[in-house]
Amino acid sequence: MACGKDGEQDPRIGGIAASIRVVPDFPKKGIMFQDITTLLLDPKAFKNTVDLFVERYIGKDVSVVAGIEARGFIFGPPIALAIGAKFVPLRKPRKLPGEVISEKYVLEYGTDCLEMHVGAVQSGDRALVVDDLIATGGTLCAAMNLLERAGAEVIECACVIELPELKGREKLNGKPLYVLVESR
Amino acid sequence: MMASEGGEDHRLPRIASAIRVIPDFPKPGIMFQDITTLLLDPKAFRDTIDMFVERYRDQEITIIAGVEARGFIFGPPIALAIGAKFVPMRKPKKLPGEVISEEYSLEYGTDRMEMHVGAVQPGDRALVIDDLIATGGTLSAAIRLLERVGAEVVECACVIELPELKGRERLGGTPLFVLVKAA
Repeated sequence: MACGKDGEQDPRIGGIAASIRVVPDFPKKGIMFQDITTLLLDPKAFKNTVDLFVERYIGKDVSVVAGIEARGFIFGPPIALAIGAKFVPLRKPRKLPGEVISEKYVLEYGTDCLEMHVGAVQSGDRALVVDDLIATGGTLCAAMNLLERAGAEVIECACVIELPELKGREKLNGKPLYVLVESR
Repeated sequence: MMASEGGEDHRLPRIASAIRVIPDFPKPGIMFQDITTLLLDPKAFRDTIDMFVERYRDQEITIIAGVEARGFIFGPPIALAIGAKFVPMRKPKKLPGEVISEEYSLEYGTDRMEMHVGAVQPGDRALVIDDLIATGGTLSAAIRLLERVGAEVVECACVIELPELKGRERLGGTPLFVLVKAA
């Protein structure tokens, strides 16, 4: 069961954690999948989730929120809108039209690739990377690399859920990670 | 050239001009309407959301269904502002747990769209959101999924319409609201 992150928990965390549904054996046997769709069906929990991120980042001069396809597209834009930042989608190959830069990353079996538009982000941009969950950290790492290659400074990675046993936090090259809920 | 819907809200020209057209994507002859540049303009993105929110806030909408993936960008901010549930409509095998699924036609072949069982109940009043309507195939699959579980689809809402593709006529009578029409 998911639990809140900090010792002194914000009172909203309990409701957020409780709204996340665990689906066993998805996408394959042995994996306990953390399903955020039930959080999205709870307007108060969804609003609280976004508010917790917005409260953390407002007034910190964040100019870019980069969201990882597809569930990062759900959480990233509301944060971007509230703090007045640009939203930059980071996508699977061949989805973004026009010129892109691309970063490969390792999966359990094989590799995958994340793309970002050329010109979306400039040197001087201060960026957050947002996704629903951090597992091994491979995807977030690829996302950070794309932003840094384009000259942006990655301030922090922000996820609703962390799976701490997979030690993704250690793969972020020293960049901070902020999560609302840890799931063991 | 982009034309805005009649009754010119003062916010529409900036929204329309923030959309970038990419020729020959995903294949030769297609003029792709790229909304990523709109997302890079915080004021235009804010105005886009505000225009939908203003239209729907007093309509007792309980569900915003967003079509993967660009519907995930526009749907949630609208849902949050009006206090509705957000329901992702996804490609096959992405949603965990029990789903219902609806087939729809592509130019060549078919695809399937899925929705979670239990996300929507009879009596729910739903909007379907996507960035763009072309032929209407995807939107009409979303409408069918929602109607199969007893929801009322009040309207489809898109940022952009390609009127020449007549998608509006393929929505089974469901009204369509768009901000920008692209030739």
